[in-house]
Amino acid sequence: MTPIRTVGRAALRLTRGIGAVAIFAGRGLGGLRIHGLRALAVQMLQIGWLSLPVVGLTALFTGAALALQIHSGGERFQAGDVVPAIVAIGMVRELGPVLGGLMVAARVASSIAAEIGTMRVTEQIDALVTLSTDPVRWLVTPRLWAAILSLPVLVAVGDIIGIMGGWLVGAGSLGFNSATYIANSWAYLEFWDVASGLIKGAVFGLIVALSGCWFGMRSSRGAAGVGRATTQAVVAAAVGILAANFALTGLFFR
Amino acid sequence: MIALHDLHKSFGPKRVLAGVNLQVGQGESLCVIGQSGTGKSVLLKCILGLVQPDRGQVTWNGRPIDRAGFMAGFGMLFQGAALFDSLSVWQNVAFRLRQRMSDAKARPIALDKLARVGLGPETADLMPAELSGGMAKRVGLARAIADDPSVIFFDEPTTGLDPIRARAINTLIRDIVTQTGATAITITHDMDSVRAIGDRVALLQGGTIVHDGPVTRMADAPALADFLGDGVAK
Ligand SMILES: Nc1ncnc2c1ncn2[C@@H]1O[C@H](COP(=O)(O)OP(=O)(O)OP(=O)(O)O)[C@@H](O)[C@H]1O
Ligand SMILES: [Mg+2]
Repeated sequence: MTPIRTVGRAALRLTRGIGAVAIFAGRGLGGLRIHGLRALAVQMLQIGWLSLPVVGLTALFTGAALALQIHSGGERFQAGDVVPAIVAIGMVRELGPVLGGLMVAARVASSIAAEIGTMRVTEQIDALVTLSTDPVRWLVTPRLWAAILSLPVLVAVGDIIGIMGGWLVGAGSLGFNSATYIANSWAYLEFWDVASGLIKGAVFGLIVALSGCWFGMRSSRGAAGVGRATTQAVVAAAVGILAANFALTGLFFR
Repeated sequence: MIALHDLHKSFGPKRVLAGVNLQVGQGESLCVIGQSGTGKSVLLKCILGLVQPDRGQVTWNGRPIDRAGFMAGFGMLFQGAALFDSLSVWQNVAFRLRQRMSDAKARPIALDKLARVGLGPETADLMPAELSGGMAKRVGLARAIADDPSVIFFDEPTTGLDPIRARAINTLIRDIVTQTGATAITITHDMDSVRAIGDRVALLQGGTIVHDGPVTRMADAPALADFLGDGVAK
């Protein structure tokens, strides 16, 4: 009886938790209003624009390393020529969104959780309520939408830079002809490869901002509380991205 | 009228409120005193629904408090000021005003409220991080009174201020309450404040209200004498 009860209780707690997060996300997403567009723009700047350097660098080095790996691996069965196509497909479908998402998780989920958590522990969230303002609509809505809208753009930029990273290595040290490399990168790329990556980006954006907001809002008291919220937000965002990536990949490419 | 019926609140094993009964009439100014950590701030938050009481009820004009309606005419000074970090001083003060008027109209009102708490126009464009503790407190006070609320809570309005400034703030609160007929609950450790702004004083101790009476009769109250020691109710 006891083990069943333990499992049952854990399952109940999990479902209740998922339900609470879903309701929170629904309230956040549903709070979008015309006069909130300014706040949305500010957040897009914070989440999207300021993440460009880190996402770009990540993509550049990943694309370059990928080209080296595929070249040396491909040589084993005389297929070194596939480098441009595989780098492009790998970046666009998988590495661009996943690594971009993870980098944004590190940068953005943490800062959202720290900012909102600090507002929670310094009673700024309570103050919003006493000023007839819904904290979810004021804080969560612009962050969720900004992340959902920014991440696909970041992923697109990362895809291009990643392919360029591969090209730099390919043309620079693997002996590829520069023009052929670029032509072969595009030649085998299909629309759905790119689109699926961008959709993944939007979902990862939601996961990142939602973790930051959720753990920030529930931050417990004191500096330690905010620190814990920040850590939880990054871990949840990263694990969430990897799990969602597996699920979405299964859905898109079965 | 705000009425608290048998409020209970514990945090884990720690009992903070254990059956608080209290009423504040329309236009009345109630001061709540009590030792640090007895739950005065928690009491205010229970009234506002920011902390959910374990048991008991808060009514407003005889009905369970309806938060949206109540907040519409409400102002609160938080103990830690709780200014919004991302907004400048005047934007903090004008937060509520800016929801229904242009910045051009809201800013002069904010400057006027800042002047009432003794802050000049040069502070208006500072960010909260640039303020001293006492300045932040006064900005919080200006924000609380910015939209001429009919119910105001002050959580330790004079803590962290020099004596002259504290006296000025006491006078300001007294004026607001008498001029606008607002209902006020003030939490304080400062007996000068109590004398200056209170009609009634309540002492919170051990989770309940152990004394509740007019400020003019403080000298007669044994519970207050115990609490205040020699500094009593002169
Ligand atoms: N969110 C919370 N979680 C856990 N404990 C809390 C919480 N809020 C308050 N407490 C506890 O409740 C007790 C009362 O806190 P409260 O802030 O109301 O004290 P206070 O009477 O306002 O004191 P002070 O005069 O120092 O401001 C304290 O022991 C505090 O630790
Ligand atoms: Mg307090």
